[in-house]
Amino acid sequence: MKAAALRYLPLVLLAIVWELAPRLHLVDASALPPLTAVARSWFSLLVDGDILFNGVSSLLNLLYGLIGAIVVGIALGVLMAWYPTFDVFATPLVRISYPMPKSALIPVMILWFGLGAGSKIASVFMGCLLPVILSTYNGARGIEQTMIWSARALGASRWQVLREIVLPGAMPEILAGVRNALALSFILLVAAELLVGQRGMGYLISFLGDGGVYDGMFAAVLTVSAFGFFADRCYLLFMRWMLQWRE
Amino acid sequence: MGMGGSGIIFDEVCHTYRPRRGRPVLALDKISLDVRDREFLALLGPSGCGKSTLLYLLGGFMPIESGSITTHGKPVTGPGPDRGIVFQSFALFPWKTVRQNVLYGLEKQGMPRAEREQRTKELLELVHLSAFADSYPSQLSGGMKQRVAIARTLAVDPGILLMDEPFGALDAQTRALMHEELLAIMQRSPKTVVFVTHDVREAVYLADRVAVMSARPGRIKEIVSTEKPAGAGSEFLQTPEFAEKVEHLWGLVRDEAIRAQDAAH
Ligand SMILES: Nc1ncnc2c1ncn2[C@@H]1O[C@H](COP(=O)(O)OP(=O)(O)OP(=O)(O)O)[C@@H](O)[C@H]1O
Ligand SMILES: [Mg+2]
Repeated sequence: MKAAALRYLPLVLLAIVWELAPRLHLVDASALPPLTAVARSWFSLLVDGDILFNGVSSLLNLLYGLIGAIVVGIALGVLMAWYPTFDVFATPLVRISYPMPKSALIPVMILWFGLGAGSKIASVFMGCLLPVILSTYNGARGIEQTMIWSARALGASRWQVLREIVLPGAMPEILAGVRNALALSFILLVAAELLVGQRGMGYLISFLGDGGVYDGMFAAVLTVSAFGFFADRCYLLFMRWMLQWRE
Repeated sequence: MGMGGSGIIFDEVCHTYRPRRGRPVLALDKISLDVRDREFLALLGPSGCGKSTLLYLLGGFMPIESGSITTHGKPVTGPGPDRGIVFQSFALFPWKTVRQNVLYGLEKQGMPRAEREQRTKELLELVHLSAFADSYPSQLSGGMKQRVAIARTLAVDPGILLMDEPFGALDAQTRALMHEELLAIMQRSPKTVVFVTHDVREAVYLADRVAVMSARPGRIKEIVSTEKPAGAGSEFLQTPEFAEKVEHLWGLVRDEAIRAQDAAH
């Protein structure tokens, strides 16, 4: 009980400072509107349906891009780990593109896929692909040879070993990689929405900001942050459930 | 031994490792060895002499580049459920429960569900792990893990059992218990066993014959019969015959270990 209270204390302090600083004219209220004004604005955005409309749009594009990256990334990562010829071909490409800032891809995706949802989904997909590929690859390469041999000696075919031993064996690394991808997907999606389109939370933020509705803009920013936090928490629970065999 | 051969025949088997970096290593040099049907053969030799390599080739996990290995007259070309293997590192599937680990091979055999559940139950009783059927390997001690690995391998009833220092990671008491369990299991359903170990006493106690390998590149240096009087139990460990065999084998292994060390310098 006490520990929980202590954990949330900094948040409470932050909220108080946020409220008081503009009220006491320590900061300009247009640079940082008081928290209560932000909250009021949030309610009106909610009632008007702005948050729902843009939030659902963002969420769908995020899920399409992320799920695509997870499926394709796991498949490519396992293939690279399992087939040496594939490895020779793909590993240099992955190594070279790994340090590239993922957001640099967004303009390229806009060029290729236009100003609609396609370029946003593609940005998320491309950015999230590499961390999933790499974690899957490392996980699959790290599996004990003896575990694979045991399965083969028990009568599993090579394909069965891939699906039933290599994939679950690599799962701890895969799940960790997907967590990174999840965080990346929020960054990439909002960045893409700031640049193009007429919908999504990123669009809402830039629309309100451009219109000088700063309390509304802060409300939208807070909504996205809360969303990211909540998604990560849910994912952690899922991860713990998936890995309950680890003591 | 009859023509066509029952049991296992190694005929001039060589193996060279070719690491990506560094020079090739000749691990086995023209190994010829016959293991009789239903015989318990122990392999002794200094570290790095190629014992594991020999076992992996017999398991079909690595291609045989030169020479041949046949089991019951058929050449080894890949892994198969006729040759079960138990590793020192257990190699359990950690995301599967004890029961699911034992079930895995039976699923691959296509055994009907009711039957494989029944067989798994029997095997877990055999290795005294019924109470841990739904535990994960991470929740077990080393000895328990190795009993799961043995049950998993025995489940598909392989005619040949390969064991690579299976008890090497266990403490002395657990190892002694495992010896008794293994002998009891072998009595119930005899198999051809090839058992790699560093422990001379273990080899003499468990095996019918002990093959001593020379330092790398591995060759078979000598084969010593360690047949015990019928029905001999752990009291055999106290007999002068046992001490004599252990002493003799120790001498052979020590010579090779010294040669291996000299070669390394
Ligand atoms: N993957 C590999 N690449 C290169 N050399 C290897 C490889 N595996 C084994 N060797 C070499 O082959 C030789 C035989 O190895 P092996 O593992 O069969 O020995 P061992 O008798 O089982 O040793 P130990 O008793 O220590 O387990 C060793 O000298 C080792 O250095
Ligand atoms: Mg070895």
